[in-house]
Amino acid sequence: MARTPVLDIDAMLADRHTRIVVCCGSGGVGKTTTAAALALRAAEAGREVVVLTIDPARRLAQSLGLTELDNVPRPVSGLADDAVPGGRLDAMMLDMKRTFDEVVLAHSTREAAEQILANPFYQAVSSSFAGTQEYMAMEKLGQLRARADREGTWDLIVVDTPPSRSALDFLDAPKRLGSFLDGRFIRLIAAPAKMGGRAGLRLVNVGIGLVSKTLTTVLGGEMLRDVQTFVNALDTMFGGFRERADLTYALLKEGGTEFIVVAAPERDALREASYFVARLEQEGMPLAGVVVNRMQPSAAPGLTAARARAAAEQLAEADRPAAAAALSLHAEVSELAARHRNLVRRFTAGHPSIPVVEVASLAQDVHDADGLREVGRRLAGLP
Amino acid sequence: MPPAPDPLRADGFAGVRLHVVTGKGGTGKTTVAAALAVALANEGLRVLLAEVEGRQGISQTFDVPPLPTTEVRVAGGAQGGEVVGLAVDAKTALLEYLQLFYKLGRAGGVLERFGAIDFATTIAPGVRDLLLIGRVYEASRRRHDAKHHRGSPPEELAYDAIVLDAPPTGRIPRFLSVGAEVAGLARMGPIHSQAGSITELLHSDATRVHVVTLLEEMPVQETVDAVAELRELGMPVGAVVINQAQAREDLDALGAFGGLDAPLNSDPTAAAKLSADLEAVGLDLPRATVEGLLDEVHRHTERVALEVEQLTVLEQLGQPLVTVPFLIDGIDLDAVTEIAALLAEQGMVP
Repeated sequence: MARTPVLDIDAMLADRHTRIVVCCGSGGVGKTTTAAALALRAAEAGREVVVLTIDPARRLAQSLGLTELDNVPRPVSGLADDAVPGGRLDAMMLDMKRTFDEVVLAHSTREAAEQILANPFYQAVSSSFAGTQEYMAMEKLGQLRARADREGTWDLIVVDTPPSRSALDFLDAPKRLGSFLDGRFIRLIAAPAKMGGRAGLRLVNVGIGLVSKTLTTVLGGEMLRDVQTFVNALDTMFGGFRERADLTYALLKEGGTEFIVVAAPERDALREASYFVARLEQEGMPLAGVVVNRMQPSAAPGLTAARARAAAEQLAEADRPAAAAALSLHAEVSELAARHRNLVRRFTAGHPSIPVVEVASLAQDVHDADGLREVGRRLAGLP
Repeated sequence: MPPAPDPLRADGFAGVRLHVVTGKGGTGKTTVAAALAVALANEGLRVLLAEVEGRQGISQTFDVPPLPTTEVRVAGGAQGGEVVGLAVDAKTALLEYLQLFYKLGRAGGVLERFGAIDFATTIAPGVRDLLLIGRVYEASRRRHDAKHHRGSPPEELAYDAIVLDAPPTGRIPRFLSVGAEVAGLARMGPIHSQAGSITELLHSDATRVHVVTLLEEMPVQETVDAVAELRELGMPVGAVVINQAQAREDLDALGAFGGLDAPLNSDPTAAAKLSADLEAVGLDLPRATVEGLLDEVHRHTERVALEVEQLTVLEQLGQPLVTVPFLIDGIDLDAVTEIAALLAEQGMVP
């Protein structure tokens, strides 16, 4: 049987063709930490990097030496003394409402912008719509890339993805919003009369009448007016709204983008990883490989769980509780390590051509740049 | 005089009909929600376990085929109790809702063709969440269908308790306050009143929001933040469920090898002590293995120190704490049953 290829993180980061690295995976698998560790490792290898995180983990900001992360890239100063010269690291955290506001301000007149920003429906969409975060992450990525191309600021962008209900939302939400804004329904809401006049068909008119009546009944006239104002504003503001969503989507398919699927050795997390891998393949998106975090290491692999357990019993009988406890701990550690290896083996058996790297869990949380460096070393497969 | 009740022990949550279970991603909230449903069913209750994130977590946890959009029995409990699973789907909920309140048989289809249903369930702010909670709300008020439950009087509620496997902590305050938010957007009309009733239930004494966490910094921080936000919103917070606690019962014995001041594997005294103990039962292990064992002891002690630190943080919340130990064999139906018993022992059920 062919061996599973190993994900060579350092080769990927060293390759100057790699311009975007997207970290995705289900919640709680260490996605944000992985993104930050990759970014730091790349910067210390001489790349000019910006990392876009989504999760507002204060701890992570601190570990990068920043008091806080906000919507603007801030320089991280603590690169290692022995880092390859020429590298730099900027970090930022996505603020979806501010990003949306910026888009509004950039694409409309001042007067129109003020009207939109004050619209209650806009305020709700920009701060709470479940797909806004995904869309704005894409929007921000597009902006960073444009700035990198224009100013030569960065040669690598590392992106963390939103903690979606499912990892796939990240790919779907922008398309969904894009197709909605381009679709028939929005025109109907925006200007029912105009569309009815143009379409002319009686059947369609009947449909429109029903829809309008229903909307008014269900939403109430006032909310419908808010929605209409918002939709009309969007329509004039985002001439190429869909094209922009499509462009960013296309950017992800280009050579130069690498997806890293982050998982943990748990059934659910690996199942999500499988979905994601299949989906990336289906979309023709470049998958660099899978990172399995939180692997249980075994420091004494020479002693089997069964032997340790038997010895622990003997030691307990011989009234040596400390050694008994140590061996019984080892038995559990070994069993857990074996279970984790099995889970990963089952995953790789289903995806034999996908490079994988296993990362041993840390006993402590990551607090500082040294902690991130340690994660980075493990990502690179170093002992 | 009876002793004062321990505020950090759950009191059974008598009178609570809606248990909302949240937690940071990866903390095991779906498992805990399933176990809580089983624990309640084992008290002889009819329990609805609802999920709202389209992940089919219930079907995976109970090892049953993927749930349709209707309510399906997934497990039996003691004393005639049972767990009914429901994977709430926003689109189905909307069409049902339109049918129920507006008798929109035909308009429903037209709305669908015009993309209005997609708009409402994916784009319109809050509507999706409102539909998801609304479906759970509807189930919580539904009366027995006499045809299906001949034994029960028809005026009786269909479910004695509902366990909602809710979105993760990062999204929970917004998810639960969607009623109030939408009531503000739709200032009158049927949506307004529906949203108002939901808000009322979520703020009432019949509801508790339980937060699942691990004893690690990030999940604990999220738990503290979520509890503060929920309190601010006036939502009744229930227990904090500590999942996957790793401290071993024989932890004190491990202390004999030394503290956390220096790595144990390079401590000659510790190595000598462990080697001597092992030799006493005829086990002669290579030096590297002995050092490896001490490394594992050190790691575990370090981890437990971290857990103790985080536990102190959680204790300061003043909410009941419930602890579920790390289960080495992973999560299967047996594990869910085991966790259900632990939850029951620690006062999560009446």
